Amino acid sequence: MDAPALHERIKEQFGDRVLHFEAGAAQPWLVVATDAIAEVCAFAKATPELALDNLMCLSAVDYPKETPPRMEVVYHLYSYTHFHSIVLKVHTPREDAHVPTVEGTYGVANWHEREAYDLFGIAFDGHSDLRRILLPDDWIGHPLRKDWVDPDFYNGMHVKPTQQMADRSMAGEKLGVGPFDVTPPNRHVPGE
Amino acid sequence: MSTQLQEQYGWRIEDLDTDEMILNMGPQHPSTHGVLRIELRTDGEVVRAARPHIGYLHRCFEKHAENVDYPGVIPYTDRMDYVASMGNSLGYALAVEKLMGIEVTPYVQTIRVIMAELQRIASHCIAVGTYGMDIGAFTPFLHLLRDRETILDLFEWTCGARLLYNYNWVGGLSHDVPEGFVRAGRQFLREFDRVTWPELMDLLIGNKIFIKRTAGVGVCPPELAISYDLTGPNLRGSGPARDLRKDVPYSGYENYEFEVPVGKGQFGPVGSCFDRNWVRAIEMKESAKILHQALDRLEKMERADVREKVPKRIKPAKGEVYARSEAPRGQLGYYIVADGAGINPYRVKVKSPCFTAMSIFHVLSRGMMIADIIALIGSLDVVLGEIDR
Amino acid sequence: MTEVGGILQNRFGENLAFTTVDNVVNWCRKSSMWPMTFGLACCAIEMMAAGGTRYDWNRFGMIPRGTPRQSDLMIVAGTVTLKMATRLKRLYEQMPEPKYVISMGSCANNGGPYWRFGYHVLKGVDEVVPVDVYVPGCPPRPEALLYGVMKLQEKIQEDRVFRRKGETLGSLAGASMAAEASS
Repeated sequence: MDAPALHERIKEQFGDRVLHFEAGAAQPWLVVATDAIAEVCAFAKATPELALDNLMCLSAVDYPKETPPRMEVVYHLYSYTHFHSIVLKVHTPREDAHVPTVEGTYGVANWHEREAYDLFGIAFDGHSDLRRILLPDDWIGHPLRKDWVDPDFYNGMHVKPTQQMADRSMAGEKLGVGPFDVTPPNRHVPGE
Repeated sequence: MSTQLQEQYGWRIEDLDTDEMILNMGPQHPSTHGVLRIELRTDGEVVRAARPHIGYLHRCFEKHAENVDYPGVIPYTDRMDYVASMGNSLGYALAVEKLMGIEVTPYVQTIRVIMAELQRIASHCIAVGTYGMDIGAFTPFLHLLRDRETILDLFEWTCGARLLYNYNWVGGLSHDVPEGFVRAGRQFLREFDRVTWPELMDLLIGNKIFIKRTAGVGVCPPELAISYDLTGPNLRGSGPARDLRKDVPYSGYENYEFEVPVGKGQFGPVGSCFDRNWVRAIEMKESAKILHQALDRLEKMERADVREKVPKRIKPAKGEVYARSEAPRGQLGYYIVADGAGINPYRVKVKSPCFTAMSIFHVLSRGMMIADIIALIGSLDVVLGEIDR
Repeated sequence: MTEVGGILQNRFGENLAFTTVDNVVNWCRKSSMWPMTFGLACCAIEMMAAGGTRYDWNRFGMIPRGTPRQSDLMIVAGTVTLKMATRLKRLYEQMPEPKYVISMGSCANNGGPYWRFGYHVLKGVDEVVPVDVYVPGCPPRPEALLYGVMKLQEKIQEDRVFRRKGETLGSLAGASMAAEASS
């Protein structure tokens, strides 16, 4: 089934909870109402003619400049029986975002949603274990948001690079020294 | 002693509570394939629950991808799965080419296949070799590392780097293969077919101790594997013969004849650690098959400019794409969002196969012994650079 | 060991050798440095290759040990993240003295390619431990790592076993840093 047929089948079941279908894109996507996503995914996996049993990727994207400013959670689904795929999206507000979890349908969503929470601050309702996964537990903030600013220190270690670090990292370029222009003397060779 | 206790107090050994112990397989461990921390709740030697903690190598790849331009992301993609970096940059190049609608020339496609398959053999050398080392067999590791050095020589001859190449560019490659590459490749394949692969099968895969330690350990049924998005050799070891090179061919893979190995469960239930390693070992042989065909094809082609289709300025129109490729560890997916306005990507999300493979760990590890935990991590073939990005 | 002995050198037969305590002890220390395998990222693969058969570090007496308690060299190979930095410091403190640190690769030297936008990357391992030798490269070739080990061996050879009053024992870099701090 191609994307318009998949859209028709899902719309048949969920009616106006399917908010939008972007047919013109190279990989068309459906925008689903945020509170419906768990049911849509369960339906997509259970229905034999859809059989979308694999969640390829769950990503969160931050769009602060859109009107209205929003964050999106993008679900790429794939079927190992029919070999078709579809993209689902949900929109959430940027502050205090809540999305139902799809952990019950796809086991891998457990970790993907923890990562979205960690880096974007999107809370997933019903998640069994929503805590940070990549960053330390006492980290403050959600770095992949577009309004992230590096703090100066974390537990006494530099986070934002200082001017000295920038100079050391770019030192060779500034002095005009190339990688092999200076060779340290070889103390094992007499005369050097 | 138990009869004494029973006579005196009416106790049974089975009724005594044993204390559970929380044991940390800390981030620095010789067998965790990187900086992985596993928190084990053990009852003696038997593991009741295991919780992996990741993030010790989180190097902010996605933040870098938003702040450098499209070609500048490629060195960062190399460093994610640092054992198989040709695969990473190939996946990214395919994604951006799909976004921009660029078709590369057959010459570039053939070289890309050659590099990807050489990298697959080298990556499986490390995977199976270090797995043997974790199990206790140190010699196959040294043999496979020596044979991998020949592949690294080929890579260094082509593009100058041993490990992190920056080779697959959007629309082409960074360097053309040098004169005599086909002959050197064939010499490597001769040695591989005659020495490396038979030695591997004899020393390690057919080894009775290896079989005893891995068959029946960490059995993953196919539905669980699909639900937790296991891909690549992890999925094929459980039965389904799904390989992106056959299902959704890219970069000219439809022109080559090769089989897709699956786990057969010769020594225990299908989907055990042994099956996954068996699939990797047979995949090395299939990669050699593809390499023979690809080198023959390359020899017949005329040398061309590999940077012919590389755009001067990469500035895709507004849009997004999700592209997958078959990396040695599974399906590597890139979700790239372009906003059409700048030369930097708006968002690059990487679906790394090791991340999803690690997510199944807490399910498979219940009831194992601690030594089997080591066997399980190695069989999932995790590289922490890819998990943490 | 060739320029020692002074007036006594080669005066006696071949079965009598003269040297200094510093020379012997430093020779022993530099010829059997046991590294703790602290491979974090890509540099770890090159470190494994340095231990492999082509670049073999075993011929220099280096046997990798898994535990810090039995090792005297820590090769920080790879990117140190902020989450890992506390564990790195703890492992460094668990090593017995004399201990040495080689910072391998550009990530361990100064944050490497992640220095600018890496919010979770430690900009150089010398923020948490004192470093003796820095080996540049991304990743450095195994021969470059062995060259760094040679440089460290030169540094050890110049060390003094009996220190002057006020100097501390410990790692070379740590000792000199402590001397600077107290002066």
